[in-house]
Amino acid sequence: MTELGEKIKRARTFAEVIGPLVERGGWARLQEALQAVPVAEVDACLAKGAWEVGDLRILLSPAADMRLEQIARLARSLTLQRFGRVVVLYVPLYVSNYCQNLCAYCGFNARNDVPRLALSVEEAEAESRLLHEMGFRHVLLVSGQHQRYATVDYLVELVRRLRTLFASISVEVKPLRTEEYAQLIAAGVDGVTCYQETYDPKTYADVHLGGPKRDYDWRVGTLERAARAGIRKVGLSPLYGLSDWRVDAWCAGMHAAFLTVHYWKTQVSISFPRLRGAAGGFTPPHPLPDRGLAQIICAFRLVFPDAHLVLSTREPAHLRDRLLPLGITQMSAASRTCPSGYSHTYEAGEQFDVMDTRSAAEVAAAIRAAGYDPVWKDWDVTYLATGS
Amino acid sequence: MDDRLVIAGCAFTSRLLVGTGKFASTAVLRAALEASGTEIVTVALRRVDIHNPQDDLLSVIDRRRYTLLPNTSGARTAEEAVRLARLARAAGCGAWVKLEVTPEPRYLLPDPVETLRAAEILVKEGFIVLPYINADPVLAKRLEEVGTATVMPLGSPIGSNRGLRTRDALQIIIEQARVPVVVDAGLGAPSHAAEAMELGADAVLVNTAIAVAGDPVAMAAAFRKAVEAGREAYRAGLGREQFLATASSPLTGFLEATQ
Repeated sequence: MTELGEKIKRARTFAEVIGPLVERGGWARLQEALQAVPVAEVDACLAKGAWEVGDLRILLSPAADMRLEQIARLARSLTLQRFGRVVVLYVPLYVSNYCQNLCAYCGFNARNDVPRLALSVEEAEAESRLLHEMGFRHVLLVSGQHQRYATVDYLVELVRRLRTLFASISVEVKPLRTEEYAQLIAAGVDGVTCYQETYDPKTYADVHLGGPKRDYDWRVGTLERAARAGIRKVGLSPLYGLSDWRVDAWCAGMHAAFLTVHYWKTQVSISFPRLRGAAGGFTPPHPLPDRGLAQIICAFRLVFPDAHLVLSTREPAHLRDRLLPLGITQMSAASRTCPSGYSHTYEAGEQFDVMDTRSAAEVAAAIRAAGYDPVWKDWDVTYLATGS
Repeated sequence: MDDRLVIAGCAFTSRLLVGTGKFASTAVLRAALEASGTEIVTVALRRVDIHNPQDDLLSVIDRRRYTLLPNTSGARTAEEAVRLARLARAAGCGAWVKLEVTPEPRYLLPDPVETLRAAEILVKEGFIVLPYINADPVLAKRLEEVGTATVMPLGSPIGSNRGLRTRDALQIIIEQARVPVVVDAGLGAPSHAAEAMELGADAVLVNTAIAVAGDPVAMAAAFRKAVEAGREAYRAGLGREQFLATASSPLTGFLEATQ
């Protein structure tokens, strides 16, 4: 095991790992380390046959781009081995776009003049029925961060009602305390997603201009708190485009490795969201090109052969269809990124622009055409102690 | 002579059990099941909607032809596994259950403590329990004592295709077991399946190696033949592997010569 792997194993929190690596000029040193990798080191790395977190420096380097085809073949074969020809489908359900944060890139930014809406439990349930009719059995509840809307009590009540409709219910809401995650789990939540946006503390401070989200450490500890509460699945990622994407991907890999080694019962999944246009007109300072996106997906597959790799509708249809065989095992479909987006009962501002606008049935058909089985249900609330 | 596999009083001609995960489509799955000659098919309860008779996966498994073996994959504790098994039986999936308790989501290795606890409960409730275990001979005996219908030790971790890495422990399990031993997980090639059968395993369970093969239907047929060949070889009586070479002229022959 590499020095980095040992460090991750010994640390008590992920903040202990990431802090010293990225603070006080650390970010630039990580950038240099990636840039300095020679192609010969990539070739030696690929010959190993099994990889760990320390190898991400090599696999995410510019030099590794020269071997992308070879890396993609390895990634594809590892994915087939572990997951077979199967893609699990899920759908996001936005319950509120009220937000107290000032995130420069996000449509829900408190200063954006967009229609705000928080669904009542009944309205959210009605919205869910539409998703159920489309075939979805895995749902991700999403909301902006606000003290009055999408509270823990609200989510508990909603999840209790949705349990009969969905086999798997995950949340992507504001970072909570361990006890609050325990409440959600008891209600029927099996997954928690929280993106760090960027692991670069300077950029993090620059783009999070106000609101509780400014606290980097609280956010970076979110998934540990959820794991301590006993959550089944955690999802993580940076938001690619905010800072150097190679370094952000590497840091996300360390985060995944930390959670894997410290919470052995928790399954880590990794997403690849690229910053998209949204209200506010933010331009990504470090845009991630398609080729880079493919490199990140493949690098993660080699280092985390058992992790679910997730690709959302932030990516256009033609790209999603081609990225799928590289290592993707979960996809969203037919997504709307605002509350009431499925029923259109009310008008509300979107979080970002969706690029793949196909229906759920069309996405499923495309998956079949690629030789994969679209799976709507791969979990059951019965697993949870609160199940029937 | 009748050489059928008997599990919980039911006799089967095929000694190949097949898993239903990872297939590209239900059409491929259906054809692979057919080609494998299997009579026992396992399905992850997490993957199906057991209350829906039109469920795409369940409807592939013709219950007149195949014994349905629901599995509890994904369960992390005895309680979860027991709850799933009860639910499946109540929904009409029958009393057979492949007990899997795998708290660790990466290698999916079975938890021996929770598996034994769950087996005890399920057997008492009248289930026919086929537990997935690590190749631990003492655990196999403990499960047999609580009344499981088989033991299902692994050859190597699920989906790894690495073959019989647990060979020595499997031999002890086969030697000691009084219930059928089904080698489950890690069989990546027909030769691995044949090897397990030659060792004296009563049956094998295969999923990944068939599902992700270039031609799953042809691979299913290949496993069928390998399992049959391995079984025939076992019954024919394999020559023992010798650790020491047998000298063609005796080393002590000179003693007689000088007499």
